[in-house]
This record gives sequence, C-alpha cells and structure tokens, in this order.
Amino acid sequence: MTTKLPEVDVVVVGVGWTGSILARELTKAGLRVVGLERGPRRTPGEDFTVPSIRDDLKYAVRQELFQDTQMETMSLRHARSETALPVRRLGAFLPGTGLGGAGAHWNGVTWRLLPTDHKLRTHLSERYGAQAIPDDMTITDYPVSYDELEPYYDRFEKLCGVSGKAGNLRGKIIDGGNVFEGPRQAEYPNPPLEQSVAGATFETAVKSLGYHPFPAPSSNASRVYTNPEGLTMGACIYCGHCERFGCESNAKASPGVSILPALLSDDKFELRCNAYVKDLVHDKTARKVKSVRYVDTRSGEDYEQPASLVILGAYVFTNNLLLLYSGIGEPYDPVTGKGSVGKNYCYQVGAAGVTVFFEDKEVNPFMASGAHGIMIDDFNGDNFDHGGLGFFGGAWIQAGPTNGRPILSRPVPAGTPRWGRDWKRATAKWYNHAFNIGGSCCNYAHRENYLDLDPTYRDALGRPLIRMTYNFKENDYRVAEYVTAVLGRIGRAMNPTLINTPAYRRGNFSAIPYQSTHNTGGTILGTDPKESVVNRYLQAWDADNLFIVGASVFPQNQSYNPTGTVGALAYWAADAITKQYMKSPGPLVHA
Amino acid sequence: MADDNIPRRTFLVGAGAAGSAAVTGVTASPVVAAADSAPAPVATAQPDAWLTLNPTEAAFVMAVVDTLIPADELTPSGSACGVATFIDRQLAGAYGSGARLYRDGPFLKGKPEHGYQLALTPRDYFRAGIAATNDWVRKRHGKDFDRLGEAEREAALKEMEQGKAEFPGFSSKEFFEALLTITMEGFFSDPIYGGNRDMASWKMVGYPGLPASYRDDVKTYFNKKYDKPPQSIADFV
Repeated sequence: MTTKLPEVDVVVVGVGWTGSILARELTKAGLRVVGLERGPRRTPGEDFTVPSIRDDLKYAVRQELFQDTQMETMSLRHARSETALPVRRLGAFLPGTGLGGAGAHWNGVTWRLLPTDHKLRTHLSERYGAQAIPDDMTITDYPVSYDELEPYYDRFEKLCGVSGKAGNLRGKIIDGGNVFEGPRQAEYPNPPLEQSVAGATFETAVKSLGYHPFPAPSSNASRVYTNPEGLTMGACIYCGHCERFGCESNAKASPGVSILPALLSDDKFELRCNAYVKDLVHDKTARKVKSVRYVDTRSGEDYEQPASLVILGAYVFTNNLLLLYSGIGEPYDPVTGKGSVGKNYCYQVGAAGVTVFFEDKEVNPFMASGAHGIMIDDFNGDNFDHGGLGFFGGAWIQAGPTNGRPILSRPVPAGTPRWGRDWKRATAKWYNHAFNIGGSCCNYAHRENYLDLDPTYRDALGRPLIRMTYNFKENDYRVAEYVTAVLGRIGRAMNPTLINTPAYRRGNFSAIPYQSTHNTGGTILGTDPKESVVNRYLQAWDADNLFIVGASVFPQNQSYNPTGTVGALAYWAADAITKQYMKSPGPLVHA
Repeated sequence: MADDNIPRRTFLVGAGAAGSAAVTGVTASPVVAAADSAPAPVATAQPDAWLTLNPTEAAFVMAVVDTLIPADELTPSGSACGVATFIDRQLAGAYGSGARLYRDGPFLKGKPEHGYQLALTPRDYFRAGIAATNDWVRKRHGKDFDRLGEAEREAALKEMEQGKAEFPGFSSKEFFEALLTITMEGFFSDPIYGGNRDMASWKMVGYPGLPASYRDDVKTYFNKKYDKPPQSIADFV
C-alpha cells in the first residue's frame, strides 16, 4: 500500500551537488522543497573525522561511500549484438550515494568548458567542413553559449571557493593561467594551491616545449574562505585523502560543506534520507509530473509525494532510469536513430599514462590534494589544429599526484616483477621518486553508445538495471594514441632517470580499472524535442514541471571533469525556474 | 606422504620462516633473528585462532604471503607482518561475505572486461581457489603448496600468474590476481586491520601514514625527504 502525502511545491530527487543547489535556490525563492535522498544521512563533522576518515582500505578500496551494487548496479555490453552482464563490483567509475552524493568524495577539479565546446558541431563544421564529422559521431552544440553560462560558472566557483589562476580575464590573456579558457569576469576566488615537486618538474618541461602550464583549478581551498552562502571552508592541509574520501578539514567544497548547512537550517526545506525513488507519475496529456513515488528503506513503506515542480538531480544513471521507468520521453533506438532517452551516453578515454622516475627528487606524493599539480590545455578540445589528424578532441594533461596511498599507488619501473624480493626493492627504492603524467581524453558521442533498460538483471527493488551499450570507437582510439604520444614527449623532456612509456593499447572499455566517474548523457540538452530530452533551461520537453539537472544533460563529453559545468548548469536552471517558470509555468522554449 | 603426518599447526611455524631471515612464533613471543639492518621486531602476527580459515587454508595463505612478500632487510615476511591475519579477517567479515558485490543471476561467462562474474562470495572463492591450487600442486609434487620449498612456491605462483597452471574448471590466473590483490591490501593498509604490523610496509617505502596536517610540511619538505615516523589510525585514538 502506498501512502499519499500532501502536495508540496517542489520535490528534488537526489541531494548531491545539483539537488542541493536547486533546493537552495528554490527555497530562497519562497518555495517549500522536499529533498529525497536514497542513501544515508552523512555529515562532515560526524562522518569525516580524523583518524577514521583516513582509512585507505575502508574508503578507497572497499568503497564505503559509493553506490552499493547490491542495491543497484548497471549492466554492460560492448555492442548491440552481445548480451549485457552486470557490473558486479564497481571499478571503472564510482557513483555516490547518501547525502552530498559523489560531491562528498570527488577530487575537486573544477573546470569550465571551452567556448568552442559549447558549440562543438558548429565550430568543427566551420573550421573543418561539415563532412569532416563522421556520420556516426552524434555530437551537437550546447543550446547554451559560453557567454550565457559564464556568470553561472562564476557563481559555482565562488560557492566552491575554487583555487586557481585566471588565464583570460575579460578578454585579457594572462600568462600563467589557462590561456585557452574563455573570458572570465573575475579571478578565481582563491589563489592556487602550493606547488608540488611533480608540478614544478612538469611546468619546466612543458615550458621548454612551448606549451602553456597553469595550476589545477581546485575546489580544495588554498586558504580559509567564506562563500556567498556565508559558509566557511578550512584551508587545505594536503592530507592526500581526497578522492574517495570525505574532507575532515572542510577544505574540499562539497554539498555538506558549501551549501547544506544553509539549506538544512531553512524551514522551507525538508530532507528525507533513505528515500529510494522508484518512479515519477507522469500525466502525458497535461505534460506534467504529478508526483514522485519512493520507498522508505528504513521501514519498507511506499510513499507518493505529489509536487508542483520536480527536479531530477540524481547521478547520470538514475536520471536516465527514472525517465525510462516512468515512460517520460521516447527511449532512444540506435537502429532508427529515433527517440532520445538514453542517447549520446558518453564517458572518457584514458591515454596510457607515463610514469617518470627521478633518483634525485623527493616527490612526497602523500602531501597532496585531489586537484593538485600543474596542467596544460594545449592538446584539448580544438585548441590545436586537427586538420589531417583524422580525429577530433583531445585531453587536458597534468602532473601532480593526488595521493601517495600505497595500497593503490606504488609506481615501479617497467619490467619490475609484481611481487617477491625484486619487487620489494624496486618499490622501496622508487616510491618517493616517481610520478605520473596523465590525460583523460574527451569522448564524443557515437550513434551506437547508449543507455536503456536491461532485459534480464534487476535491482533490489525489482526494477531493471540500466544497461550500457558502450565501447570506445575509432575517434577515441586516435585521440588516446595522440595524447599518449604527447605524454611521452613531455616525460622525456623532464630528463628523468627512468621513464615508463607504455604503448596505448586499443581495447574494449573495461569495467574493472578505475578510469573516471565522468559518465555523461542520456537526457541530453537540445533545441529539438525529437533529438533531445531537455531544452536549454534543462526543462523536459515532455513534462513542463520537470527539470533534469546533472551531467546526464551533456550532449557529449569533453575531457574536462564535469562538476564545474554541472554546477553552472544547476544555477542556470535555477535562475530559469525562479525568473521565468515561476511567473508563468509552462514550456520555457516553444519548439 | 611422510610430511603429511606433521601436525599442520606446528608446521605453520616452519612455513612462515621458510627461506626467511625473520622467524616469528605462532603463539609465543616474537623472535626475530635478522641482520642488523632489519626492521624492528614485530609482535605476534598470527592470532591464536583463525576466524574463518581452516588449518589447511591458513597454512596455504601464510605460505603464499611469505612468497609474495619474503622476509629480507626491508621487512619481515608477509605472515610476520600480519598479512595472513588480515586475509583471514577480511574473508571472515563483510567483504568475504560479498558486501558490495551484486549477486543476482543468471551467472554467465563474460569477457575479461566485465570483471568478476561468479556467484561465489570472496570467502567461498578463496576456499575453492585454495583447494584447486593444492590439488594442482599435489599432482606435481605430492604435497600441498605450503609444504613446498621457497623456489618451488615461487615457480608455482609464477605459473599461476602467467595462466600456465591448469586448474580443471577454474582460472589459476584469476585466483592468483585475487591472492596478489588481497595480499597487497593487507601489507599496505592501516595496521588496524591486522596486516602491516608495526607499519612495516610504510617504513619500507617512506609513507608516513596519516599525520594530522601537511599544511606547513608541503612547503618545508618541498623536494626533501620526509623524516618523521609514520602514524597509524591507532596512534590517534
């Protein structure tokens, strides 16, 4: 039996970055908001404290803060002709669950997209000719320009207290920042973090090659900082326990540090944790979502929560699943190309990382933050000429360890055995004298990569798992090969004692090794309801009172970590709701 | 076979010490005979009673961790560092019972990129793997893995690592990977889990564990060796 609850103004599904931002903006606009979070309630002061939070085994290896695959996982096949099998243990990516979502355990790298990323298809067509884009590369423009989103990027950066150095201040190019970035109205809220040996070594080398290094844009505060919500972040203590952990010094921006304390003190907001959303009740004729149905996992009781406005702010997979479970929008069909839910699912493509070893340097990789080190953007997006290269896109490239936690991070020279006396000697010798240079490449949408419902495997609530039909494609392999060659060039320019330059191996996407939690797409932005799920304001084409917020709206995936863009789009959607939709509920874009 | 008459529990002492410089008693106080440069003695590394491993399995695990992490001037052996204890505790606990492992069927054979696709919990997977390894070793040598000499143990593990060891109906390579992974987890994790006793592995590589803050050190120790002793979670309690 389902208990029907009294209607509220807004229900927010998922209380991570996007859910928190939308809930905060809508309560400030006077609406009563209920936040439904499937996972447990965690608070930094209780759950992320020294010494327990620095437990490498519990958090980094046994995956304490991540989605529990016993509740819900995803299945994977590489092509439509195959049978998908469940990802039984998380590996490649680590979606969050619980209050704060993955925003509790991210690393804090906070990017903006390039202006050309915002109009990708148009830009590439203009520069290389429309015929240069392969037919099966289903990339599109964002229907929001960089200039339109700029104030919202700025807002999210101020919320997070991002530490960094501008490379383009209102059109003025500034050496030492990212000279490829779009014009920003203001400098970063905080100066860059302290330099690391790896970053300094990388910086010298890339400068000698004529590239343009800059410090990582980091949501780990370089100094004590009070954000526009009036919430104070501590200064980063370089503890080396960022990604996969909560931050005990409140220096890493997260919903729990940067926004929830303000939101939770507002009477207009009600948080319900352990509230596992099952589906949305959709009135197709009225083009409205009437309510959200969930189970309280503490009691097993089912509830239906009616609301005037529904915000879908869960992770990529859940945003897609809830549309598919609820019959909202038309599922994408890769054969006909029709339908849009599940379309343009993207990920990122790891280049083969280079490891450099220096007998005479003390790297101290354990003194680090999650977004630490020096980067270049010379080989990202369309920052370099792709004429004659046979691919589009690239990667940002970086050196600077995020940690020295030895269960997972113990570089040794190529050819070293993996165990025994020689392995011990090499590990002892090189642990503090090596670091990686890496690049996570963009992943441009492909007609055959998509999400839908698995026909066989079910989650703990008895619903179908999400099924990824996904593999790397020719463009991905070529980008990764190109970037791998650049990494080797940079590594050699450092004149290391030893260098590992593994060849890039073309292979299937693997669910096993960690790559990035940068899954995107499936509920993409667009200008045509037949080709996309949400309009430029992140409003669903098929339900006027449903806004879908998160990386699931990205039409394709850039090399950049998605959170900066996700946060900017969340503020952009919130503004559209409070300034337009609330005055006149209905479609904000007429297709 | 004559040596099968040796009580397993007594034999554990020998297995842990085989080919190593450090000798650690099972229940007695620690005895370490090593070169002057050897790390500090560690306290008793094995529990009086195993939580889940049976005697044959315990002997196997000790022999494996001592082969993967042999005693030398850098650290005592894997078992002397508590890695077998760690594995026993992990397999006895939530991880061993299949926490965070999706276990709905059907169970089909996937590609390597799909990862683990078996119905077995880690505890039962290790049970099956240990039995399969001992069956394979007995066919060739007439005795269990833990009773092989060090060179034979190394050779056997190498064959498994390279996928050359043929276990009927069971992947020796995958089982080796599982052994290597859990051994390294035990060797390098915080000592509160029973492995990495005396922070032996952290001292070996120069990992300081979890000092409260590097806020000043990140500048002071820029390109300088960090010389403060490591600290474990237990040191903060």
